[in-house]
Formats: sequence, structure tokens, C-alpha cells
Amino acid sequence: MMITPAAPSLAGSIAAKMKPPSRFGDKAFEWLTLAMALAVVGLVFLVGWQLARGSSLAIQRFGFHFLTTSTWDPVAEQFGALPFIYGTVVSSLLALIIAVPLSIATAVYLTELAPVWIRQPLVSLIEMLAAIPSVILGLWGIFVMIPWLRDHPFPFLKKLFGWTPFFSGPIYGVSMLAGGIIIAIMILPIVTSVSREILRSVPNLQREAAYALGATRWEVTRIAVLSYAKKGLFGAVILGLGRALGETMAVTMVIGNTPQIAASLFAPGYTLASVIANEFTEATTDMYLQALFEIGLVLFGITILANLVAQLLLKTMTTKMTSRVAQ
Amino acid sequence: MQATAANHAWRKIKSALVSALAFVSAILVIAPLGLVFFYLVKSGASSVNWDFFTQLPKPVGVVGGGMANAIAGSFELLGLAAMIGVPIGVLGGVYLAEYGSTRTNSLLRFIADVLNGVPSITWGVVVYGLVVLRFKGFSAYAGGLALGFMMVPLIMRTTEEVLLLVPNGYREAALALGVSRWKTIVHIVMKTASKGIVTGILLALARVAGETAPLLFTAFGNRFWNHSLSEPIAALPLQIFSYAISPYEDWHRQAWAGALVLVIMIFFINVLVRFLTRDRMANPT
Repeated sequence: MMITPAAPSLAGSIAAKMKPPSRFGDKAFEWLTLAMALAVVGLVFLVGWQLARGSSLAIQRFGFHFLTTSTWDPVAEQFGALPFIYGTVVSSLLALIIAVPLSIATAVYLTELAPVWIRQPLVSLIEMLAAIPSVILGLWGIFVMIPWLRDHPFPFLKKLFGWTPFFSGPIYGVSMLAGGIIIAIMILPIVTSVSREILRSVPNLQREAAYALGATRWEVTRIAVLSYAKKGLFGAVILGLGRALGETMAVTMVIGNTPQIAASLFAPGYTLASVIANEFTEATTDMYLQALFEIGLVLFGITILANLVAQLLLKTMTTKMTSRVAQ
Repeated sequence: MQATAANHAWRKIKSALVSALAFVSAILVIAPLGLVFFYLVKSGASSVNWDFFTQLPKPVGVVGGGMANAIAGSFELLGLAAMIGVPIGVLGGVYLAEYGSTRTNSLLRFIADVLNGVPSITWGVVVYGLVVLRFKGFSAYAGGLALGFMMVPLIMRTTEEVLLLVPNGYREAALALGVSRWKTIVHIVMKTASKGIVTGILLALARVAGETAPLLFTAFGNRFWNHSLSEPIAALPLQIFSYAISPYEDWHRQAWAGALVLVIMIFFINVLVRFLTRDRMANPT
């Protein structure tokens, strides 16, 4: 008699006395994962800070001349990075000239033209090419590609275009052109697969509309797909440029490692990444090491810039896609 | 009328020509893969023998020897790298998939993608400044750290992607039962996506296993067994590089053998990954 009405109030008082469930685990886990996610921001700052700190004396001493002079003399402690900047830019541009048409044509083939059964195997093969380490491509470059280039295509190019400054002079094999070719092979897979993603995200309505007007396959690709995906494809190219600028091992093994600025593509060159790879452990004086850190800083700067531009282009492309789809 | 017919025929021919060109491009893109693999087998297969896996490198001029220390060193470096890259990458990926506002997350994702594009040689220079200069010596720790840093953005992005594939119903069901949020994430979401997470980790390992540039002045290389992680350590890619640019015929032979073994290891991981992901495709969760 007394228990029945008392029971609810008893339960209520127990509930009131009970502590609310602890949120400590939840908070701790969220903060822990946040800290780990922020590691990417920390890493960017770590890289910038380390490179700037390691090169502060060289920056003070050489200033802007570091980027515009071409004497690289560790003994006299005179350091100018121009030949390396030139080598990096020229070899990367050569790589883009070779790789971009091939990559985009392959991406078009994979998304628009190829029979469906052949697409997946081809994509897997391209992924395998991407998995080959740079040093192994360099090994192949030294012992297979360089002798072949020296004996067959280079003399042929010289005979055809020897009257221009670009294909004149002695042929050693190791050269700016060989460096460009090996970088092209390195960036083919990434430019192809990013371009393919871009082309795949073009809405099918685009294609159907063009087909309905009586366009041929190529006309559909050109009018409806490529022009629509222009910006994204440009992003893919810049992403490839970013990779090309920082490519190290393979290019170090075939470019000849000579700090000079020569018009001929048959002449050996040197890149920012290669000079770090080759000379870092030999840097005997502080200023020499500082100069190499500054080279690293320059390389980091230009690759970050290329990647920022590429990601922004790719991002606007994907947001455009999703908003179109939403409509 | 006839002009239109001719024009139509020409348009069809043009379309066929472009298709043919695109096909040739595709062949040219995969040609290097075939060529590299052909020469690896041709020049390397005969030197992959028992000695290769069990012997130390011989001194200059002495024929023979192997890369036992480099193979072991590569695995040690990958282990060290995983200890840094896996926890940071996986937990960071959890944050991107489960917490955070759309705005901060897209910014973090963007930074991770940019970080992915940092040249591998840069990581070597940074770790040299961070560890080698400070502790006055090349070490396995330094090499592992450089590779670990490279793995962070790779693993973070793949973890995030696979966690987002887990249907929201799973999370809601667990939360409705009164399970706390972090336990829901660890025991339900991450467990469901565990195969995908492992796939991402394996792909990141395969990617850094072939890296040479970040190890040149961190792990440095070693012609003997490494007895302490605070000493220089050999790695397969480093050994391939130094043998490839050496003037000795016998070392070239071994560089090819090392390259063949490294490529087979990397391809094996990739095949394993394909096997794991095919399983995931087969019964989508």
C-alpha cells in the first residue's frame, strides 16, 4: 500500500542521484583524432621551418643572387642555383610535352573509345607502372634507355634538326632530353589516372546531347567532353608538373649531373633535386650545406605552388560537377 | 547533297583516325612497364639465388655476395615508418570522416593532398635537419621517420574514404543502443571498414618501400648488418642505387637482381590489395 505510490518517486530520486554518463571518452577520442588530423598542417610548417632554418645563413649571404647567378663552386664558397633551376624547369617541360598528349589521349581512350572489357586491365597496368620505384626506372634508364637513345633516336634527331641549336653538339647519351623522357615515364600514370577521373565525372547528359545532334564519337569527345573538362584536365597537367619538378632518383641517374645552361638538349644538365641527392653527404663546409638547404627550400616552394594551383583547379572542377548533378 | 555525304564520310574517317591515335597512345603509355619488366627479368633473374638472400655484400673486387642486410634493413625501416605513419594517418582519417565541420575538413583534406605532392627528397633534407644534425649521425630511426612522414597523408586520405563508405545506419543503430560515440567509431565503424583501412596501409607501405631519395642522408646505407637502430642501416633501394652508379660489372648484375626482388615485393603487395578490395566489392557493407 505504501510501496506502490512510493516506487515512482524512489526511481525518480535514484535517477536524479545518478551521475550523467561520462563524456570523457568521447571528448578524449575526438581531441586525439583532431590532433592527428592537424598533423598534416604541422608537417607543412615543419618542412618550411626546417628548410628556412637550415638555409638562413645562405639566404643572408647570397640574397636574390642565389637564384640568378650560375657559379657553383663549393671550394670558393660561391653558390648560384640558376643552372639547377634551369635544368629542373627544362626537364620538367620536356616531360610535360611528351607525357601530356599521351596521357590525355589514353584517358580519352579509356573513358570514351575503348571496348568495355579492355578498360579495367589497362587501368591495372597503368597502376602497375605507377608502382615501379623511381630508382628502378633509373637503373633501366642507365643500362637500357641511354645506350639505345645514343645509338638510334639521337643521331636521327641530329640529322633532321641538327641545324637548330636544340639538337646540335656532341651526343653523350646522358642528357637533358634523356632526363625529360624518364620524367615523362614517371608522370604518365598520375596524369592519365587523374585525367581519367575528370573525364569520368563529365555527366552523360553532355554526351547524349551531342550524340542526339548526330555527332561522331570524336566530335562528342571534343565538343561535349574535352571542352567541358578543360579546367580539370589543366589541373591534372599541373599536378603532373608538380611531380615532375620534384622527381629525383631516375632523373639523377640519366641527366648527366653537369651544372651548365646549354641550349642543346643533347647536353647534360642538372636539377634542383639531383644536386641535393648527389652532393648533400659531400657537403663539407657549413655554407655548402646551407646552400643545399636553400636549394631544398626553392624546390619545396615551387612544388607547393604547383600543387596548390593543381588542387584548386581540380577542386573547382569537382564542385562544378556535383552542383550540376544536383540540378 | 553529295557534298554532305562526302563530309559525313570524312567525319567518320576522322573519328576512326582519332580512335586509332588514342589506342596507340594507350599502348605507348604501358610500353615502359613491359620494357622495364622484360629487362629486369632478363638481367636480374639469373642473379637471384640463395646467396643473394643470405650473404652480405662482398668487398670491392670480390665477385659474389648478396643483399641480405639490405632486405632486412628495408623491412626494419618499413616497420619504423609504419609506427609513425599508421597511428597518425588512421586517427587523422577518423577525424576527417567522423568529426569536424565540412569547412575545416575540406581544408585539412586539401592540405593533405598538397603534402602528398612534396618531393620525397625534401623529406630527406627535413629529417636530416631534424634528427641527423641533432643526434650527430645517420640512423635507422631517421630513415624510418622520413618514410613515416610520407605515409601520413597517404593513409589519412584512404582511411577517410573507406570510413565514409560505412552506412550511417550502423552508427545510428549503435548510438541508439546507448553506445558512446567513440566506442561506436572504434568497434562498429572502423571494424566494418577494417579491410579497407588495411588496404590503405599496405598501399602506403608499397609506395614508400621503393623510395630512395628520403633515405640517402637519413638511413645512409650500410654494407654490414645493423646492430642498433641508432646506426646507419642498409635498404634495398639505396643498395640498388649505389650499385647502379658504380663502375663494377658484378655490382651492376646485383643491382638488377635487387631491382627484380624489390619490384616483385611491391607487385605482390599490390596483388594482395586487389584481392582484399575485390572481397570488399563482392559484399558491399
